[in-house]
Amino acid sequence: MSKTAALNPSCQLVVIGAGPAGLAAATTAAKLGVDTVLLDEQPAPGGQIYRAITETPVTKRSILGMDYWHGAELVTAFRSSGARHVPGTTVWSVTREGEIGFSVGGAARLIEAERIILATGAQERPFPIPGWTLPGVMTAGAAQILLKASGMVAEGRVVLAGTGPLLWLLAAQYLRAGGRIVTVLDTTPPANRRAALPYLPNFLGSDYLGAGIALLREVKARVPVIGDVRSLRLLGENRVREVVYQSGTAPERRIGADLVLLHQGVVPNLNLANAIGCRQEWHEDQLCFVPVIDAWGTSSIERVAIAGDGAGIAGARIAAERGRLAALEAAHRLGRIDAYRRDAEAVAPRRAITRFDKGRRFIDLMYRPRAEHRVPQGDTLACRCEEITAQQIVEAVKLGSTGPNQMKSLLRCGMGPCQGRLCGLTITELIASARGVSPADVGYFRLRPPIKPITLAELASLPKSEAAVQAVVRG
Amino acid sequence: MPAPETSPPLFDVAVVGGGLVGTAIAWGLARQGQRVAVLDEGDVAIRPSRGNFALVWLQSKGLGMPAYAAWTKHSTDLWTGLAAELREETGIDVAYERRGGFQLALSEAEVAARAAMQRRLHSQPDMVVYPYEMLDHDAVARMLPAIGPEVAGGSYCPLDGHCNSLRLLRALHTGMQRRGARYLPEHRVEHIDPQAGGFRLRHQKGELHAGKLVLASGIGNARLAPMVGLAAPVRPQRGQIVVTERLRPFLPYPVATIRQTDDGTVLLGDSQEEAGLDDSVGSEVTAVIADRAVRMFPRLAQANVVRSWAALRVMTPDGFPIYDESQTAPGAFLATCHSGVTLAASHALALAPMLAGGSLPAQMRAFTARRFDVPPTA
Amino acid sequence: MFRRLPEPAVAPVSITIDGMPVEAREGDSVAAALLAAGHARCRSSSVSDAPRGPYCMMGVCFDCLVEIDGAANRQACMVRVAPGMRVATQDGRRELRA
Ligand SMILES: Cc1cc2nc3c(=O)[nH]c(=O)nc-3n(C[C@H](O)[C@H](O)[C@H](O)COP(=O)(O)OP(=O)(O)OC[C@H]3O[C@@H](n4cnc5c(N)ncnc54)[C@H](O)[C@@H]3O)c2cc1C
Ligand code: FES
Repeated sequence: MSKTAALNPSCQLVVIGAGPAGLAAATTAAKLGVDTVLLDEQPAPGGQIYRAITETPVTKRSILGMDYWHGAELVTAFRSSGARHVPGTTVWSVTREGEIGFSVGGAARLIEAERIILATGAQERPFPIPGWTLPGVMTAGAAQILLKASGMVAEGRVVLAGTGPLLWLLAAQYLRAGGRIVTVLDTTPPANRRAALPYLPNFLGSDYLGAGIALLREVKARVPVIGDVRSLRLLGENRVREVVYQSGTAPERRIGADLVLLHQGVVPNLNLANAIGCRQEWHEDQLCFVPVIDAWGTSSIERVAIAGDGAGIAGARIAAERGRLAALEAAHRLGRIDAYRRDAEAVAPRRAITRFDKGRRFIDLMYRPRAEHRVPQGDTLACRCEEITAQQIVEAVKLGSTGPNQMKSLLRCGMGPCQGRLCGLTITELIASARGVSPADVGYFRLRPPIKPITLAELASLPKSEAAVQAVVRG
Repeated sequence: MPAPETSPPLFDVAVVGGGLVGTAIAWGLARQGQRVAVLDEGDVAIRPSRGNFALVWLQSKGLGMPAYAAWTKHSTDLWTGLAAELREETGIDVAYERRGGFQLALSEAEVAARAAMQRRLHSQPDMVVYPYEMLDHDAVARMLPAIGPEVAGGSYCPLDGHCNSLRLLRALHTGMQRRGARYLPEHRVEHIDPQAGGFRLRHQKGELHAGKLVLASGIGNARLAPMVGLAAPVRPQRGQIVVTERLRPFLPYPVATIRQTDDGTVLLGDSQEEAGLDDSVGSEVTAVIADRAVRMFPRLAQANVVRSWAALRVMTPDGFPIYDESQTAPGAFLATCHSGVTLAASHALALAPMLAGGSLPAQMRAFTARRFDVPPTA
Repeated sequence: MFRRLPEPAVAPVSITIDGMPVEAREGDSVAAALLAAGHARCRSSSVSDAPRGPYCMMGVCFDCLVEIDGAANRQACMVRVAPGMRVATQDGRRELRA
């Protein structure tokens, strides 16, 4: 709090999110003399991949792996850059005029910035299957956070289910930490291979290919993996007890479980960008919405740039490079560097992006999650907060509700505390499938601030103009 | 009655607009046995029906137009029946409660202003008679124990109430479709031609013919009305609303600017701002809303705000509704107002039968837009 | 359900969960402390009273809501433990205290 008390009411650049994108952006900008403030919800820098990098109790380096420890360099560079870091800060509003509303230590504050870089990263894709709200069902990412931040591994009957590189990474990290996994239920549709194959040659040039194969081998050597898992249900009363699955054309099978870790990829965390009004579009390969940005990350709103996985999933290395590009552009627009210097300094990041991007298309297509696991049916909950089922959504489509915003009015889906974070994509895809159109035609929730809950006392403490008072008080 | 039909159109009536006004009328028309089509815009539209405060409210309405006070009272009297019928027909409980409502004042000056306003309202000639009282702090506290010390007093009207307006919208949609009305989303109406036997509506997907026409498209009426010889001088007025997480019940009566829904969330509102079509939310206004709410009910300070939004009210120059019928294109009607929740019962159960009958009776003349043609007398 | 790695000792932090003393570790989020103490369920939902527990651990799902030092509906995964912290699991909708 003392740190925020010292914050000026305005600065040149605010970067939101202290993952690789935000750390690299803030470092680059501050080194070019831009007055930079980095805000992040977490108490320590690192974002999701480098979570707790400065303080993790997991000191045996091999457990989390090289890709994790790479984050330490970013943090070191950031610390000597001159940018100010305000940890434990939740940003709940950004206006087009550059006013940023945030809370820290239970108090709301406003700061004005000439330019803003959103580096709010990714979140895991919803996995709406029967029983996914039971205690004891978590995401693989959640388990990884427990490992990185608290040195905790699951014990008892642990089942992993889903698809995507992160699922395998977590499995490997668990095994290296001495954890046990009963089984991995691999939901990757075998048909994906065919779709991804044409992009394999490009992947062959990637740094990630070898590492990825090694990881798969490492896990498969020690844990039974069941492939082509189609239907998946989780059973239990007060917590999960059993996983019912069906693989290929084999009959349904059951296994006991104390902890189920789900994962089917990550998608951009778009709430802030959406609430500011940045344009976004459907990305068919990645099955999610991504913001519309130019080569420097600038969004449809001139003042706002978006970098990192929040601008489309590309991984941590590219996140950092895109953060650098957005910072160069910010420094340029703020008059710190001319266009020649900006372009010259952008050469290395752009080259790195080309290198790290090899194989992205292959990975996107290879790990595209199955429709059954994205578009739920019957009484499976689509919206966890308001407890709205898939069936209710489909019925509302029949009533003529053509998009998520009308759906919100009819059913309250997306109106609970998570503000659509964990149902937005599901609702869009459900409507699209019920109408037989593309999610691109259905669109997404239109979000409004505050994008994270704040107390009424915090809101009430903010400045009020006479005109605003007049607009509210009635005779 | 419309001119004799050459080839009978598929629909007796086309209702333009699928918000609360349009669907209440459409449900009412379908209930009269009319074949109805409702043409609406798509998912993103200016649709105050999705963002309103859900009061079914009488007190303080009609200063300057007693006919509006009477029409509003009539609607609140019909509301219990509307809620019951919708529930029976659709299984949807719109959570209508009519236990009375408050308007609270945070200073003696605000109390005096309210009292004076009520006196002027109720001393108008032809003003409909209904009970209301001015209460001091202690009297308010007996009914609303959670108020804070800053509440100086308030007005109370036992006929006020509230409902769940999102469920109302869903019930009207469900009910009208059960009764055979066709709902046509993504049918934004571009042009209307009056023609023998009715109207031809050109929309984003093609054409539709109907014997009669009801314009209930809110702000959109301004553009469409002149096509059928009507006028709708309406402008948007922004209202911002703040919503909390679900809470256990603590507010037994709605207050004009604070109400707890049957879901447990508390709605705080709602500003009146002239901001054109800008429906963004800003912390300056929401801070005032929050501040006043916390002063009225101090325990709200700890509650989390989970959402805020802005909706655009449809305002006429004098703030009263317009109900009109075309002189040049018989069979074309217009309905617009800013209190579509309160007036839903009148629209469904009183106005719709008039429209089904083909003309507006004399008692509705006070609401014509021609009132704006006359230069105001001093 | 979870165990701690036998890594170097991290400083213990004493908190209570539903009145029972629990030893968490420095750097734990409240959600981590709950899970380490065996609480998979931390609340029941405000709509149907269904049991819920931490799901995402990164502030997305809001299923980890608990009462912390008297304030209800706080995201357990986003708050760090502190000595003497009182954590309570929740049932249904939150009650606003006067
Ligand atoms: C749970 C999870 C685990 C992952 N694990 C791995 C892994 O092990 N290996 C790997 O290669 N990739 C992993 N990924 C993918 C990886 O996180 C991304 O590629 C990379 O972190 C993207 O970097 P970033 O800077 O864009 O965002 P992030 O690293 O996600 O950083 C975003 C930051 O923004 C902050 N933030 C968000 N919203 C707000 C707000 N409103 N106010 C204030 N701060 C805010 C967050 O607290 C966070 O610190 C994981 C993803 C997830 C979701
Ligand atoms: S566990 Fe999802 S928000 Fe805390």
